[in-house]
Amino acid sequence: MLPASRYSGKAHRCIRALRTVQTEYAAPQLYTTLHRRACSSVATPQITTHYTIHSRDKDPRWEGVEMERFADEADVVIVGGGPAGLSAAIRLKQLANEHEKELRVCLVEKASQIGAHTLSGACLEPSALNELFPDWKERGAPMNTPVTEDVFSILTEKHRIPVPILPGLPMGNHGNYIVRLGNFVRWLGEQAEELGVEIYPGYAAAEVLFHDDGSVKGIATNDVGIGKDGSPKDVFERGMELHAKVTLFGEGCHGHLAKQLYKQFNLRENCEPQTYAIGLKEVWTIDEKKWRPGRVEHSVGWPLNRNTYGGSFLYHLNEGEPLVALGFVVGLDYSNPYLSPFREFQRWKHHPFVAPTLEGGSRIAYGARALNEGGLQSIPKLTFPGGLLIGCSPGFMNVPKIKGTHTAMKSGMLAAEAIFPKVTAESTESETTGLHVPEYSDNLKNSWVWKELHAVRNIRPSFHNYFGLYGGMVYTGVFYWIFRGKEPWTLKHCGLDAHQLKPAKDCTPIEYPKPDGKLSFDLLSSVALSGTNHEGDQPPHLTLRDDSVPVNRNLAIYDGPEQRFCPAGVYEYVPLETGDGMRLQINAQNCVHCKTCDIKDPSQNINWVVPEGGGGPAYNGM
Amino acid sequence: MSGRVLVGVKRVIDYAVKIRVKPDNSSVVTDGVKHSMNPFCEIAVEEAVKLKEKKLIKEVVAVSCGPQQAQETIRTALAMGADRGIHVEVSGKDYETLGPLQVSKIMAALAKKEEAQLVILGKQAIDDDCNQTGQMTAALLDWPQGTFASEVAFDGDKIKVVREIDGGLETIMISSPAVITADLRLNTPRYATLPNIMKAKKKKIANVKPADLGVDLTSRLEVLRVDEPPQREAGVKVETVDDLVSKLKDAGRL
Repeated sequence: MLPASRYSGKAHRCIRALRTVQTEYAAPQLYTTLHRRACSSVATPQITTHYTIHSRDKDPRWEGVEMERFADEADVVIVGGGPAGLSAAIRLKQLANEHEKELRVCLVEKASQIGAHTLSGACLEPSALNELFPDWKERGAPMNTPVTEDVFSILTEKHRIPVPILPGLPMGNHGNYIVRLGNFVRWLGEQAEELGVEIYPGYAAAEVLFHDDGSVKGIATNDVGIGKDGSPKDVFERGMELHAKVTLFGEGCHGHLAKQLYKQFNLRENCEPQTYAIGLKEVWTIDEKKWRPGRVEHSVGWPLNRNTYGGSFLYHLNEGEPLVALGFVVGLDYSNPYLSPFREFQRWKHHPFVAPTLEGGSRIAYGARALNEGGLQSIPKLTFPGGLLIGCSPGFMNVPKIKGTHTAMKSGMLAAEAIFPKVTAESTESETTGLHVPEYSDNLKNSWVWKELHAVRNIRPSFHNYFGLYGGMVYTGVFYWIFRGKEPWTLKHCGLDAHQLKPAKDCTPIEYPKPDGKLSFDLLSSVALSGTNHEGDQPPHLTLRDDSVPVNRNLAIYDGPEQRFCPAGVYEYVPLETGDGMRLQINAQNCVHCKTCDIKDPSQNINWVVPEGGGGPAYNGM
Repeated sequence: MSGRVLVGVKRVIDYAVKIRVKPDNSSVVTDGVKHSMNPFCEIAVEEAVKLKEKKLIKEVVAVSCGPQQAQETIRTALAMGADRGIHVEVSGKDYETLGPLQVSKIMAALAKKEEAQLVILGKQAIDDDCNQTGQMTAALLDWPQGTFASEVAFDGDKIKVVREIDGGLETIMISSPAVITADLRLNTPRYATLPNIMKAKKKKIANVKPADLGVDLTSRLEVLRVDEPPQREAGVKVETVDDLVSKLKDAGRL
C-alpha cells in the first residue's frame, strides 16, 4: 500500500515477519514471534489465559482433573438458534411428521434465551416464511408492521438529497414487514419447541468433534467453572458431547466454529475472503406526534466520506407504543484507523433530517453485530463430511437490499430437505461415518437464493472506484436497475477487511463531537443498555495468539484501532503500572458478541472464542 | 424426621438487564426481558443439594410461585440436584400483587403438607429487596429461623447457624424443623450443566393452585405508581467555606 522507503529497515523486517505470522493459525508460531520481538524490549504482561491458546494438557494445575465428557446421541444437531438454525429444525420436524418418522433434533444456542443475541434492522421479506409457515398470521407471528413508506436519501452535513426509489431498485420494500427480529426468532423458537425440537439455550457449542475418519461427529458444549487465570475452580464441569449423523452450523456472521471448519476442510480455497460491515442499532420510544408506523428511511453519505461504505436505517414500528428502530452500518473495509463506527452512528443522529424524529424521545435499547457483505463471491464450500453451513455463517446476505434473514431461513430449509432422506434412511450409503450431503449445495444453487444473490453480486464491489459511493450508485442504476445484474463479469472484492487499514501516521484523526446525552450518548452507558454480562471469573474469551502484538503492532502502527471499532468498549490501552509504555486491557465482560474485532484486527491476532453459555447481551426484540 | 427440605426459588429479571418503567408508570417492563433464578435462591438450592450429598437429608423439593414461566426456574433447580418440583400457579392480577405475605402463606401451607424438616429460602429477592418471606414463613409456622446464614451445620437434632449481622457474625443454635434464609457467602452455586438439564426433564413438577392450599392471595398493598430514580443532578464546587455556608443558607438547609 505504501512505498517501501517509508518504513525503516527494522520496522520493515518486523512487519514482514508478523505478516507471515498472520496467515497461520495454531499456537506453535508463538515461538517464532518471540524471536522477532526486536521492536520492543518491555516484557508484556500476560493477557490471554484461555485453554485454546495455553493448552491444559501440559498445565500442572489441570493434573488429575476429570476430563471425561458425558455424551448423547441425536439424529441432527444444530448449532445456533437464529433464523437459519430454527428454520432448519422446524423444516426437519415438519418432514418427520409428514413421513411419520422419528427424528431427534437438538439445537444449542449460546444466548440465555432464544432471541437474546439476535440483532437486525429489520425489514423482513416474507418469501421464506411463506414457504415455512403459510399460516404464519394465524400462528401469531410478530409481523405487525407492513412497510407503508420508503424513503432514501443522500445526506450532506446539513442537507438531504432525496433519491427516488424506482420500482426494481434493490432497496424497495414493498410487501415487506418491519420486524423486531429478536421477537420473530423467539416466535420461531416457540414453533420449533411445539414441533418437538429440543432447544437448549444457555449452552454454547465450543468444540467440533471428529470421527477417526475425519468427518464431523458433533459438537461439545463449553466447559464451566474455569477461573480467570485459566485454573479449574471447585465448580468446574466439563461440557457435554452431542453426537449426530449430521451437524448444521448456523452461528451467524463470522462464527467461531465455522472459522475452524474453513481451515479443517479447506472450504475457502475457491472463493474470495468474506467482507463485512458492522451494524449498530438503537431502539427509541419517540413523541407520538412524530410517529409514522410503517415508514422506512435509509440514507447514505454523511457522516461517512464517499470512500467508506455505509449508511443508516430508521424504521417506525407499529407495535402499540411509538417505537423506532434505527441504526448505522459501516463497511469494515474502511482504511482510516481513527474511524469509530460507534461515534459515526452517534453523530449521524444529530443530522437535521434525523434529529427531529428523536427529539423528545428516549433510548431504550442498544446493540451491535457484524454482518456479511461478500455476497456470492465469498460463499465458501457449504458441505463437508458430517456437516454443513447455513445462514449468515457462510453468508447469503443480499447487500444492496440489506436483507439476509429470508435467505438464511431458506438455506436452513433447503439444508433440512437435503439431509432428511439421508438421516432417516435405513442404511447409510455414506463413505464417512458423518454424513456428507452435497445435495444441499446443489439445491441452494438451483433456488431463488442463488438467483437473487447472482443478480446483485456486483453492486458492493462496484464501490471500489475513485468515486466510491457515487460510482457504486451509478453502477447499480445502470447494471442492476436496467440490466438486472445480467452483465457477464463478476467484480472482485479487495481482500481481507483486516488488511485495508492504513498506518495511523498516514491518516488524519477524526474529531468527533461530544455526546450530548439527549440524542447521542457515550459508549459505556450504551453498553449497559445492551444488558450484556458474563461470569467475571472466567478466561477472557477474546484470545490473543500473541500477547505482545497489540502494543507492538496494533498500537505502534495503527494507534490501536480496536479501541475504536469495538462497539462495547472491550479493548482499552492503558498505561503500565510501572509508568513507561502501554498495555492492552481486555474488558471481556462488556463483549456483545459482534465479532468485529476478530474480523478487523489488522494483525489478525484476536481470536474470538465462545465464553460460558448464557453470557453476552440480553437483547429484547432487537 | 422426614428428611425433606423445601427450597423456594423465584424467577426475577436478570441482574444485568437495564430495568425500564412502563410508559403508564404502573410497573416495570417484563415482556421478553431476560429472567433468571434469584441469585440468593441459587445459593439456597445449592445448600439443600449439599446437605443431601452429605446424606443429612433425603429429599430436596423446589417450589416456585408464578405463571407458566416459573417452571423454567424450577427446572434449573432440578438440574442443580433437586429431586422434584412444585409449581404453585399464580398468574395475571394475582401475580402482579403477589408479595412476601402471600408467598409465606403458601410456603407455610406446603411445609405442613409435605412434612418438611427444613425450609431454605434466599434472604431476599433482587427485584423487590423485601427480605420478609423467610421471616414471615417461620412466624406462620411458629418455627425457629436462621436468617442471613453464612454457614449451616447439623448438630444432632439441632441446627447451628452462623448469621451475618451488622456487627460481624452471630452463631445460634435452633431446633428443627426450622426456616433458613441464605446469604451471599453460604456457598458457591454449581452450574446447571446440560446433561443435568436433560435429566431434569424427566423429574416431576407438580402443579398446585393456591386455593388448594387454602391460601387467600388478596394483597393488603396497592402499588400506586412506579417511577425511575430521579436523574442525579450535577454537584456544585465551592472555593471557600464561606461560599459553602452561604449556599447552604440559600438552599434553606441552615
